[in-house]
Amino acid sequence: MTDIAATPSEFQAAHAHDHHDADHKPAFFARWFMSTNHKDIGTLYLIFAILAGIIGGAISGLMRLELAEPGIQYLEHWAAMQGGDGLHLWNALITAHGLIMVFFLVMPAMIGGFGNWFVPIMIGAPDMAFPRMNNISFWLLIPAFTLLLGSAFVSGGTGPGSGTGWTVYAPLSTSGSPGAATDMAILALHLAGASSILGAINFITTIFNMRAPGMTLHKMPLFAWSVLITAFLLLLALPVLAAAITMLLTDRNFGTAFFDAAGGGDPILYQHLFWFFGHPEVYIMILPGFGIVSHIISTFSKKPIFGYLGMAYAMVAIGVVGFVVWAHHMFTIGMDVNTKMYFTAATMVIAVPTGIKIFSWIATMWGGSLSFKTPMMWALGFIFMFTVGGVTGVLLANGGIDNYMHDTYYVVAHFHYVLSLGAVFALFAGFYYWFAKMWGKNYNEFLGQVHFWVFFIGVNVLFFPMHFLGLQGMPRRYPDYPDGFAYWNEVASIGYAIMAGSMVIFFVNVIWSLIAGSKAQDNPWGEGATTLEWTLSSPPPYHQFETLPRVD
Amino acid sequence: MSGHFQEGEIETLMNMFKTAFLALSLVAAPAAALAQETAPAAPAEAAAAPAVLEAATNAAEAAPAFPAAKPVPGIGQPVDGALGIQPQVTKIGEEALWMHDWLLMPIMVAMSVLVLFLLFWVAARYRAKANPVASKTSHHTLIEVIWTLVPVLILVGIAIPSISLLAKQFKPAPEGAITLKAIGNQWNWSYEYPDHGIEFTANMLTDEQAKAAGEPRLLGVDNRIVLPVGVPVKLLTTASDVIHSWAVPAFWIKLDAVPGRTNETSFTIEKPGVYYGQCSELCGDRHAFMPIAVEAVSPEQFQAWVKSKGGKMPAEKAAEEAAAKAAADAANAANAAAAANAANAAAPANATEAAPAAANATNAAAAATGN
Repeated sequence: MTDIAATPSEFQAAHAHDHHDADHKPAFFARWFMSTNHKDIGTLYLIFAILAGIIGGAISGLMRLELAEPGIQYLEHWAAMQGGDGLHLWNALITAHGLIMVFFLVMPAMIGGFGNWFVPIMIGAPDMAFPRMNNISFWLLIPAFTLLLGSAFVSGGTGPGSGTGWTVYAPLSTSGSPGAATDMAILALHLAGASSILGAINFITTIFNMRAPGMTLHKMPLFAWSVLITAFLLLLALPVLAAAITMLLTDRNFGTAFFDAAGGGDPILYQHLFWFFGHPEVYIMILPGFGIVSHIISTFSKKPIFGYLGMAYAMVAIGVVGFVVWAHHMFTIGMDVNTKMYFTAATMVIAVPTGIKIFSWIATMWGGSLSFKTPMMWALGFIFMFTVGGVTGVLLANGGIDNYMHDTYYVVAHFHYVLSLGAVFALFAGFYYWFAKMWGKNYNEFLGQVHFWVFFIGVNVLFFPMHFLGLQGMPRRYPDYPDGFAYWNEVASIGYAIMAGSMVIFFVNVIWSLIAGSKAQDNPWGEGATTLEWTLSSPPPYHQFETLPRVD
Repeated sequence: MSGHFQEGEIETLMNMFKTAFLALSLVAAPAAALAQETAPAAPAEAAAAPAVLEAATNAAEAAPAFPAAKPVPGIGQPVDGALGIQPQVTKIGEEALWMHDWLLMPIMVAMSVLVLFLLFWVAARYRAKANPVASKTSHHTLIEVIWTLVPVLILVGIAIPSISLLAKQFKPAPEGAITLKAIGNQWNWSYEYPDHGIEFTANMLTDEQAKAAGEPRLLGVDNRIVLPVGVPVKLLTTASDVIHSWAVPAFWIKLDAVPGRTNETSFTIEKPGVYYGQCSELCGDRHAFMPIAVEAVSPEQFQAWVKSKGGKMPAEKAAEEAAAKAAADAANAANAAAAANAANAAAPANATEAAPAAANATNAAAAATGN
C-alpha cells in the first residue's frame, strides 16, 4: 500500500543539518507540559480520560449502591459528611456522572486520544496542522475539569454541587439553582467546548491538507473519515451549546430573561438550543467508534472493509441527518402534532445508514479468516450491543410510543446500550488494538479476554433490566422508587459490581503489561492490518514520516 | 358524605371492588372496612399547608368523607419483577400498547436476533481454522442495495401506523369534556377543575401514612384526582416554578408542565380504579416525591365527589350563576367603596401574579395542541 519515496541522500542531508533525528525527545517538563507532539498529546488525553472515567464510574457506583434497594440508605449519610442535603446530593451525582462521562471520558478518549494518536499517522502526516493549538486544546480540559469537580464543593442550592442534570434545563438551572456551583459547571462546559472546537479545527485542517501524496479522500482510512465527520459536527454544534449556556449564565447573573416566561422568554427555547447541540453530540461520541471498529473487523478478518464508500458516506449521512432530528428528545414538551410527526419520521431515517454499517461489518467478516483476539471480541460485542441500542432507538423515535418511555429507565437503558456498550466497547477495542503500537509492549491476551467477558456480562446485567424498569414506568433521576421497582434495581446493582470487578482486571492488565509486557513487533496483527501505523515501529518514532509516504 | 349514599349504592360500589379483588383471591369484606377507614378527603385550602398529616386528619373530621377506592395490585402501578408495559385503561393507551407489543417488539427482536445469528454464523463458519484463506471480496452492489432498501421498507411500515397513532393522540377533547388542570410546584401538584369550581393540592404521603392508608409507598397522595370513567378528560398542564411532567403510565399520558405555558391533551379512562404516576421531569430535590394518583369512578360517584369537595356540576353551576348575577350587580354597587379599598391593598400581590398569567394566556394559544 505504501512505499517510501525519498532518496537516501536527501534524508541524510537533512539529518546532518540540524541533528533533528526522529527520536529526539525534549526533557520531561517540556515534553509533557509544553507538548506539540500529536502522540504525546494523545497520550495525555488518554490518561486524562482514564482518570475522569474512574471518577465518573465511581459516581455511578454510588448511585447503584443507593438504588440497590428501595428507600434511602446512604445519601443522607454521605450528604452529612459533605454538609448538604441528601436529595440534592443525588441530583449533583447524576449531573456529575453525565457531564464527566460525556465531556471528560468519551470525547477526550475518542477524539483527543485515539484521534490525535492515529489520524496523522493513518493519513501519512508528520503531525497535526496546528501543534500548539493541539496543546491548548488539551490543557483547556484541565481547568474545565477542575471547575466541574470544584463545583462539588460550592453551594448549588440546598447542598454543594450542581443538581441540574447534564442537560442543564432552564428554569431549574436558572431560578431553580441558587449558588455558584451551577455557574462553575456551566463554565466548565464552556471551556470543554472551546477545547473541542479548537481540536475540531485542527483535525479538519490536518485531514484536508496533510494527507500523504496519493491518499485521496476516497482512499483515506475509515477512522480518519470518522474523525473528519465528527470534527464537522463539533464545529457546527458546539457554538450553539456555548450560546445556550451563555444565555443561562446571563439569566442567572445579569437579569436577562431568555428562558424566563415571566420576562417574555421561553424555557422550551433552551431545550431546542441544547438538543440542537445534544443530538449531534451523541454521534460525536459514537462516530469515531464506528471508525475504530471498522479497522478492527477488517484486520481480524484479513479482509478489506466491505463497501468502503458506503461505510464512509453512511457516516456522512448520519452526521447530516443527525442535525435535523433534535426535538425527539423533547416529545413531551407539548409540541405541535405536525412537528412531532416530522421528528418521528426524520429520526427513523437514521436507522438506514446505521443498518448499512452493521451489515457491512458482517459482510466484511463474511468469507474472512477470523481470529478472535481481544480487540476483535470488543468489536463483535460492539456490533451486537449497538444493534440492541439501535432498535430501541427506533422504538423511541415513535413520538406516540415515546410518550410512555420518555424520561423513564427505558431511555436510560437505550442510551447506555449505545454509549456504555457502544462507545465504551469501541474505546476498549481501540485501546487493545493499538496498545502494542502506542506503548511498544504487548498486553496480556488472557487477561484481555477475561476483561471482555466479565465486562460484557456485567454491563448487560446492569443495563438490560433497565428496559423492564422503564416499561413498568420508573422515571429517571430518582434516588428512591416504589417497591414495585425493587427487583430489577437490585439486579442492575449486581451487574454494576460485576462490571466494576472487570475494571480491576483491566487495570491489572494495563499496569502489568506496561511494566513487564513482552516487546511488541511493528505489526502484531499480521496481513490484515493494512493502515500506515503498522508500517512504523512500536512505539512509532517521536517524529514519523519526515519523508512522506506515498500511497498508491 | 356517607349520608348521600343509599344502602344500595354502597352495595353496588362494593360489588365493583369485589370483582376486582376476587381476581386476586381477596375477600371483599375487609376491603370494604379498609375503604371506609381511609378517607383522605381534605379540602384544598387545608391541604395546601405543609403540615399535611394534621391538616388531613382535622379536615377529615370536619368534611364529609368520600369513600376512597383501594388500589389494586398490578393495576395502575408497577409490579415487582415485571417485564412489560403496565395494563392500559385508555383507548390511546391500548392502541399504543398494541403497536408496541405487536409491531415494534417483533421487529426489534427480529433485527437483534438476525444480527446475533449472523455474528455467530460468521464466527463459526469463517474462523481461521475453518477458513484459512480469506476472500478479497469488498463490493457487491446488489446486496448493498438490498440492505439499504429493505430497512427503508421496514421503517415505512413502522412510520405509517406511528403517524396515525400520533394523529389519534392529538385529537382535541370533544364538547362536554371534563377539564382538569394540573399545576406542577416544587414539590407537589395542585389541581383545578375549572368547570366544577374545585381546587386542591396533592402531597405525597409519608411512608408511615402510606402504610396506614394501604397505599403503595411513594405513590399515595393525600388528595387523589377523581375522574369519571367513560367521559373524555381535557388535561391542561402548567407549572409555577420549574418544569415538571405529569405522567400516568396506565393512561399512556405524559405531558410536561412548563411555567408560562399551558399544554393540553385528552384521554378517556375506561375502567374504574386507582392509577398512579410520578413526576417525569427533573425538578429539584424532591423530584421523586411528587406522585400523581387518579381515582376513576362512575359518573354518579364523580358527581357525589364533586359535591363532597364543595364544587358544583357545570349545569348546576351555570343556573346558579345566572340567578346570582342580578343580586350580585346590586350588591356590587353598594360595596363599591369598600371594594376599591380592598383592590388597592391587593394590588402588589396581583401584579406579580398577573405577569405569568398573561404569559400563560399568550403561550397557550401557540401551545394548544391538535389544531
